Amino acid sequence: MKYAHLVWRNMLRRKFRTTMTLLSIFVSFLLFGILMVIRVAFSMGVEVAGVDRLMMTNKISIIQPLPISYLPRIQAVPNVTMVSHASWFGGIYQDPSTNVFEFAVEPETYLKMYPEFKLPPEQLKAWLADRQGFIAGRDLATRLGWKIGDRIPIKGTFNRPRGGDGTTWEFNLVGIYDGAKDVDKTQFLFRYDYLDETRTNGRGMTGWYLIKVADPAKSAETATSIDALFQNSSAETKTATEKAVAQSFANQVGDIGAIMTYVAAVVLFIILLIAANTMALSVRERTSELGAMKAMGFGDSTLLGLVLFESVTLTLIGGALGLFMAWLFALQGDPTGGFLPVFALSGKDMVLGFVLAIVIGTLAGAIPAVAAMRLRITDALRRS
Amino acid sequence: MRFLRQALAVTAVSIRTIPQRLSSSLVAVVGITGVVVVFVAVLSIGEGFKAAMTNAGRSDRAIIMRSGADSEMSSGLAGDHVNIIKTAPGILQGTNATPLASSEMFVVIDVNRKATNTAANVPLRGVDATVLEVRPEVKIVEGRMFSFGTNEVIVGRAANRQFSKLNVGDLLHSGEISWQIVGVFEARGSVAETEIWCDVKILQSNYRRGNSYQSVLVRLDSAASFDPFKDWLTSNPQIDVQVRRESEYLESQSRALTTLVRILGSIIAILMGIGAVFGAVLTMYAAVVTRTREIATLRALGFGSMPVLLSVIGESIFLALCGGVIGGALAFLIFNGYQTSTMNWQTFSQVAFAFAVTPALLVQGILYSLAMGLVGGIFPALRAARLPISQALREL
Repeated sequence: MKYAHLVWRNMLRRKFRTTMTLLSIFVSFLLFGILMVIRVAFSMGVEVAGVDRLMMTNKISIIQPLPISYLPRIQAVPNVTMVSHASWFGGIYQDPSTNVFEFAVEPETYLKMYPEFKLPPEQLKAWLADRQGFIAGRDLATRLGWKIGDRIPIKGTFNRPRGGDGTTWEFNLVGIYDGAKDVDKTQFLFRYDYLDETRTNGRGMTGWYLIKVADPAKSAETATSIDALFQNSSAETKTATEKAVAQSFANQVGDIGAIMTYVAAVVLFIILLIAANTMALSVRERTSELGAMKAMGFGDSTLLGLVLFESVTLTLIGGALGLFMAWLFALQGDPTGGFLPVFALSGKDMVLGFVLAIVIGTLAGAIPAVAAMRLRITDALRRS
Repeated sequence: MRFLRQALAVTAVSIRTIPQRLSSSLVAVVGITGVVVVFVAVLSIGEGFKAAMTNAGRSDRAIIMRSGADSEMSSGLAGDHVNIIKTAPGILQGTNATPLASSEMFVVIDVNRKATNTAANVPLRGVDATVLEVRPEVKIVEGRMFSFGTNEVIVGRAANRQFSKLNVGDLLHSGEISWQIVGVFEARGSVAETEIWCDVKILQSNYRRGNSYQSVLVRLDSAASFDPFKDWLTSNPQIDVQVRRESEYLESQSRALTTLVRILGSIIAILMGIGAVFGAVLTMYAAVVTRTREIATLRALGFGSMPVLLSVIGESIFLALCGGVIGGALAFLIFNGYQTSTMNWQTFSQVAFAFAVTPALLVQGILYSLAMGLVGGIFPALRAARLPISQALREL
């Protein structure tokens, strides 16, 4: 580290250029972080899907309901350890642009099915005690300013309640669930028994089943034997792993997310190359100086180390600041108001960013430095 | 006048000497080109989606759904209510003096997407016999129209292209029914082209819906008939419906995705723009530094500092403009017309569309590049204008 001062003075030699380079590296990595966030948001939870969970839907389409009477029959299938179910409610809070998505579930089995949803035990108790109770994800409650105890009216679209004005459903917020940063914290979960007793049509039906298996390696066989149970019935089923279902959803959203990230990644790379080029330029300018240092007895490896130290320091500072800003940006949550439920920068992508910073720094420094090393001292000295 | 002549002369000199500083100028141009490509490409997704959703929308057509429904998917209308709707004033009369009102059902079924071979939610619409008169833009381009009362269907051109086994002659199995595909239709590239159409009566019995529908699409005798038509329906105590112009309804359906793309696209484009401006600043500084003596000579000859300042900004804008034009052209060549499909969350179904690089987007892209050039040029220009003449002349 005795050369740290030398490296420092070199960076200050052209303060303006160093600042500009630093800034463009910073912006590039900020952008890199944001692109990674968008990529994960568009992947619809494929990466966090549980391996031991299956999802069973109506074979025609996920919007066609299934009879609730299927539940005990699924439970009897070997390898199945737990069964839960959920229904899309399709209600509107205030107006459609609030993007609140309600699901009717069985509280206990649903939360056991998704242990990543963390709900304090006393709130679960309150939920079990209140038929009109519902729980909301932390992000949703924050976005709409809901507090526990609030009474929330939701307008039913195809689900109509008995009594009242025939459209409005009343719910009480009894709990707020939390979870790790890649968990969807925007759901509105309420009790299926409230839905089924109160609605005027579609009684005794549910949207889809969630099935936990003991041995994930046998999921395919289990899925086949479950579907065989309901073959030739009026509601045939399709069972697949949660990962496969999430993947097919991501495919449905299609390549627009992918195209956005690929195109931006290419340009990001161009901007990084430009920054690297500027850094390389500042090393090339010093060829005669490097020759002089060699003449004074500095070894090739020491000089190479010095140059690399300088360039990697620059990319690491810019990269770290950029990634940090991207992380802060993701902390602010989904900028689109509810379209992208998972909006976070993962640790894996952070590491990837740092690796990228080191690689770019090394390349930008090494290429001109090695070229300078190859020159004979006399030639290097003659360069101006 | 002299001021302007000077500025033009110096700018012309700096632009003509760009080849001497080719590599650093190229760096700036490439950076700005990239930003404009991203800007135009990302926004063309939103434009294309919007075009597909709204192309067929007409202000002389109205869609009637149950009040409170936010899309056809969540709507429901009883058969006797539909009969009342058909008696409303202002509906155009078709052949046989029947009102041009198509009572419809809208569901989605799983069909595999060709590109990924995974299931996708493809809309299946049950329509009644007036459909082709209500939607005159629809043209059967292959095979024939289905016959009512049978399990025959026709598929939209985009559905036929994006999803597996939707060709004339194929059988489409879904639940307890197998649909026989007998034709392919086009509808001016609109959202209907992603749909499969069948007889609504067959669909009702297949889905055990009795005599209920989800929406009625009505062709009015003129766009001006809409208000009385709407008032008549909404003030009728027997029915509880909402009436919207088709054009307005489709526009509202496309808003969610268009907004999403706009927000994400702007974040990306603005940040990239900042990155490219740094590149432009470095380039212009390099240009000013290499021309230090030349600029000082000009000043010594009597050129004012303002023309020098303008010339540096002019060069920067010129380079940015090159980037903007190249970027716009690249985005157009690569992305215009790119076919894809995505999920319309309002109806939970697929919409096929083509990326649309519109002239307005190209203009926006070029304006953006000019802004980048202007910002990138200002600081180097100030430096050039402030050069102390005597000292600069002495420089190497």
